[in-house]
Amino acid sequence: MRSYPGLRDAAIAALALIVVLAIPLLHRSPAFEDFIIRLSAMALFATSLNLLVGNTGMVSFGHGMFYGLGAYAFALTMQMTDLSLPAAFVLAVLVTAFAALCVGAICVRLGTDYFAFITLAVQMLFYSIIISWQSLTGGDQGLRGGIPRREIFGFELASQLHLYRFCAIVAVLGLLALRHISASPFGQTLRMIRDNENRASFLGIVLWRARLGAFTIAGAFAGVGGVLAALFVSGAYPELADWPNSGQAIFAVMLGGVDSFLGPVLGAMILLALNDVVTRFTEYHGLVLGLVILAFALGLRRGVLDFLRLAWPGRAR
Amino acid sequence: MKLEIKKLTKSFGGLRAIDEVSLDFPSGSLSAVIGPNGAGKSTFFNLISGAFPADSGQVLLDGREILGLSRTERMHRGIARAFQVASCFPTMTVAENLMAAVTAYLGRWGNLSHRFPSPGVRERAEAVMELVGLTQVANVRAAILSHGDQKLLDIAIALALEPRVLLLDEPTAGMGPEERWRMIERVRGLWQQRALTLIFIEHDMDIVFQIAGTIRVLCYGRVLAEGTPDQIRNNQAVIDAYLGTEADAA
Repeated sequence: MRSYPGLRDAAIAALALIVVLAIPLLHRSPAFEDFIIRLSAMALFATSLNLLVGNTGMVSFGHGMFYGLGAYAFALTMQMTDLSLPAAFVLAVLVTAFAALCVGAICVRLGTDYFAFITLAVQMLFYSIIISWQSLTGGDQGLRGGIPRREIFGFELASQLHLYRFCAIVAVLGLLALRHISASPFGQTLRMIRDNENRASFLGIVLWRARLGAFTIAGAFAGVGGVLAALFVSGAYPELADWPNSGQAIFAVMLGGVDSFLGPVLGAMILLALNDVVTRFTEYHGLVLGLVILAFALGLRRGVLDFLRLAWPGRAR
Repeated sequence: MKLEIKKLTKSFGGLRAIDEVSLDFPSGSLSAVIGPNGAGKSTFFNLISGAFPADSGQVLLDGREILGLSRTERMHRGIARAFQVASCFPTMTVAENLMAAVTAYLGRWGNLSHRFPSPGVRERAEAVMELVGLTQVANVRAAILSHGDQKLLDIAIALALEPRVLLLDEPTAGMGPEERWRMIERVRGLWQQRALTLIFIEHDMDIVFQIAGTIRVLCYGRVLAEGTPDQIRNNQAVIDAYLGTEADAA
């Protein structure tokens, strides 16, 4: 009885992509398209964080810095050089991955609590640099002047529809890559560390190396999300790298479910939808969000997808 | 493989947990380490397996010093251990536990190129499950296994590393009398089949006297006595410090 879960994942991804790409052909809705664009960025951001939180048991409070760095690195490269969009994209992700490697090298040897604190501290440092280095980053005004929308592969990203398709494709490919990593022997190693790091180290696993690998990969994929965010806002803002944004990713992970691969995607969806709907009715959107999170924490005691999987056991993760 | 311990010492603060312990474990021997609580038995295992560094002394595996080596290097030299409190990966099934252990042992734990498990890993894990008798619960998550099966899984994970020297820290801890005997018979079977140098810590004296080839008695971090079951049973120092007498029991 041999199954091909890799093919199954690819098939699900292809199907999801076809559906998302087909919707605007049937019905144009700028609000929906905006939603999907923002969701693409947020889904990559949250799912990459879950590689740390859910897979490895490392709770990082500073994941937003890599999201912000991806956005700034991409927007600045596009503004200051003549590089093509794909080249700037790749460069931004490489810069983010390298930054994650450096930050991780400091953080991953620490115990759980200190790891959480120091990731937060490094993020605040990064945020301060963005605010202070006005000549480069535009300070608290953010990076203005827009991103030159150079055409790539027939995508004209100034058009919302093209941006929508581009973001959907990048997000699905990114999620597929993260899924592959999570299902690889390395992904299993991360679960071993989460479950029982002492035993893992007696089996020949070098804990800090595995953790640093996870941290770097997660940072890189947060950077991909940041690039999409930069394309959406046509620039970069310090808020992308601020700690409440890291909190958003943690909320998405908790709402959707840490033990299900698609949990953070669903969480991001819930969070964005809540945001859009609630802000229409009340200015106290933080209050409503707080209540929803309390309901999840005290009521379901886990994220939606994890809850459903427990309710209907035997389903794949 | 022959394991020689020479003047091994480890202090925690002012307490000498292991105090110049010298012991030989011949290749292929089956030995018990006994002693009262706090005698340093677990510390002794921790030093050999590399859980923490020793202060001084030597541990020679077939004549080669291993004391300066990392846990991983000791594993590759052939030392594996199981724990007093069963130590496995609770969210994974039994099969996944063993496949993960085999993957790590083969040095493929950082592999990103394909899905888990790598080719050949499942077969090796199945062979270990067969060997210890966990095949029936292959797809049960470790967290919900019975206590005895968790202890077996812990030993199976150690066996997945193809050890030559196996350290078992109270393989029968927390078991009822019948289960204890089943477990210890299994352990003896593994020792015979795999030609292991097997050292186990045990509190049940019936078991120790029944199956151990030689017995080492630790007390306050020192070697109080060593010898065959008969020698230990009649050793006055051991009786005083640990075994007690019929009169004490009454």
